[in-house]
Amino acid sequence: MKLQLEGVVKEFGEHRVLDHIDLDVDTGEVVALIGASGSGKSTLLRCIDLLEPIDDGRILLEGDDISEPWRDPDPVRRRMGMVFQSFNLFPHLTVVENIALGPRKVRRRARAAVRAEALDLLGRLGLADKADDYPDRLSGGQQQRVAIARSLAMDPEVMLLDEITSALDPELVGEVLDVVRGLREAGMTMVLATHEMSFAREISDRVCFLDAGRILEHGPPTEVLDAPTEERTRQFLRRVIDAGRMERSCPPPLLRERKR
Amino acid sequence: MTLASTWRGGPTASTRSRRQRYEAARRRRSVLIAVASTAFVVGLLVWLLPKSSGWRNVQRAFFDVDVFGSIFPDLLGPFWYDVQIFLWCAPCILALGLLIAVGRNVRTPALFPVRLIATLYIDIVRGVPVILWITLLGFGVPALLETRAWYGGFIVWGSVALIMAYSGYVAEVFRAGIESVHESQRAAARSLGLSSGQTMRSVVLPQAIRRVVPPLMNDLVSLQKDVALVSILGPVEALRRASIEVSRTFNFTPYVAAAVLFLCVSIPLTRLTDHLLQRERRMMTGTAIT
Repeated sequence: MKLQLEGVVKEFGEHRVLDHIDLDVDTGEVVALIGASGSGKSTLLRCIDLLEPIDDGRILLEGDDISEPWRDPDPVRRRMGMVFQSFNLFPHLTVVENIALGPRKVRRRARAAVRAEALDLLGRLGLADKADDYPDRLSGGQQQRVAIARSLAMDPEVMLLDEITSALDPELVGEVLDVVRGLREAGMTMVLATHEMSFAREISDRVCFLDAGRILEHGPPTEVLDAPTEERTRQFLRRVIDAGRMERSCPPPLLRERKR
Repeated sequence: MTLASTWRGGPTASTRSRRQRYEAARRRRSVLIAVASTAFVVGLLVWLLPKSSGWRNVQRAFFDVDVFGSIFPDLLGPFWYDVQIFLWCAPCILALGLLIAVGRNVRTPALFPVRLIATLYIDIVRGVPVILWITLLGFGVPALLETRAWYGGFIVWGSVALIMAYSGYVAEVFRAGIESVHESQRAAARSLGLSSGQTMRSVVLPQAIRRVVPPLMNDLVSLQKDVALVSILGPVEALRRASIEVSRTFNFTPYVAAAVLFLCVSIPLTRLTDHLLQRERRMMTGTAIT
């Protein structure tokens, strides 16, 4: 088991954002987190990356409890790559410097070797010609691909993707999702929060529906997205379809009845 | 059509659109109006000022050409003193200010005293007039050390006072810059595995410092003038030299000459600040704002 969450609780003041989350992620498995805004998807990812301390429960990476409060989080974070909704590239560094920063500072590796690797990574993402540009010269899709490359440069065991296409213009979503498809083919373990239901269906082995900080329903995408058992899940998917975020090529019977 | 463009169109006008020609004509017209009104006002001043009754006395007391000509070369040496004080104070102020700003931002519990001291330092140093720091340190410390005889001591302690006072202001500028770097930048750096120190050095500070260059320049411009405050301790810098001359001849032209010298440095510095500000704004928005 790559990643295990046991009864994870996170509170912001009185508000319980994550309410006893249990989740197992196998090596090479892709898990999609879906749910309305504020259901706790982002917080869950931030907790896994130890960017937020949890209030109860345990998080295990390869069977090793990484959530112990006395543990130094820096070496743990190096083993996980996180990609953010708003890219969060470093604006004062060029594309290649963004990618090289982690290996240079954290792994203390030589500049030339790191740069060569970063250029290679950019080439594979189709961004070789942007290496020496600053991030603000790039389109949103290109920036997000650089952000993915920046995480990959640290050679992570797990990738955490936090709504990585939500800030993009519709025509730029595809190029970013292509990169994620490539990662899946390479066998990367991934946990991703997404609003793109059709993408979740295509890429994930398992879909988890979060509602008010709980995993209300989880299973293969064909079950959760096409034949949800929980009423809350149905309501959510109905709204998603109304918003045009999921194709209605083969809508589940329940949904077809309601929207003729 | 009664558009201005119809009668102002030049040879290239045919290639421009009707709107462009109209806008070009309007721009030419505003330049013309600005030039005309400026010429009128300046002309009026030049014509009226010498006619006013007290002008002769004012000119003799403040703008005596002969006095100016004789004192100006004598002020250059002392002014170099001012410049020197500025030149060694400025880097010290920037370094100390940055150190204090970072100290104020440390979150490690073990370093809480650093945070406390930095906060207190800023509060105390900024709450006291600069001239008071200069007298306090400039007269006080040499008296304490019984080194009054040492002439250079005044300059040293005057400089220390300037460095203390200004590093408080500069620290606040740096702190504002550090806090203006968005939390998500820190999150991105930490998620790569950078420690908090590495995040500060490689991600936060480079962005923060770039953002605060214009306000820092403002502080440096004002430091360049406040250097003259050291004159109260006795060293013969430009202001001191001028007042010696004034008390001898009872003509105020030497003060004006000293002022001209300070302006020679502060105006270019101010323009440089404006230029940097504008460049910063361009970089932020990606387009030129005029």
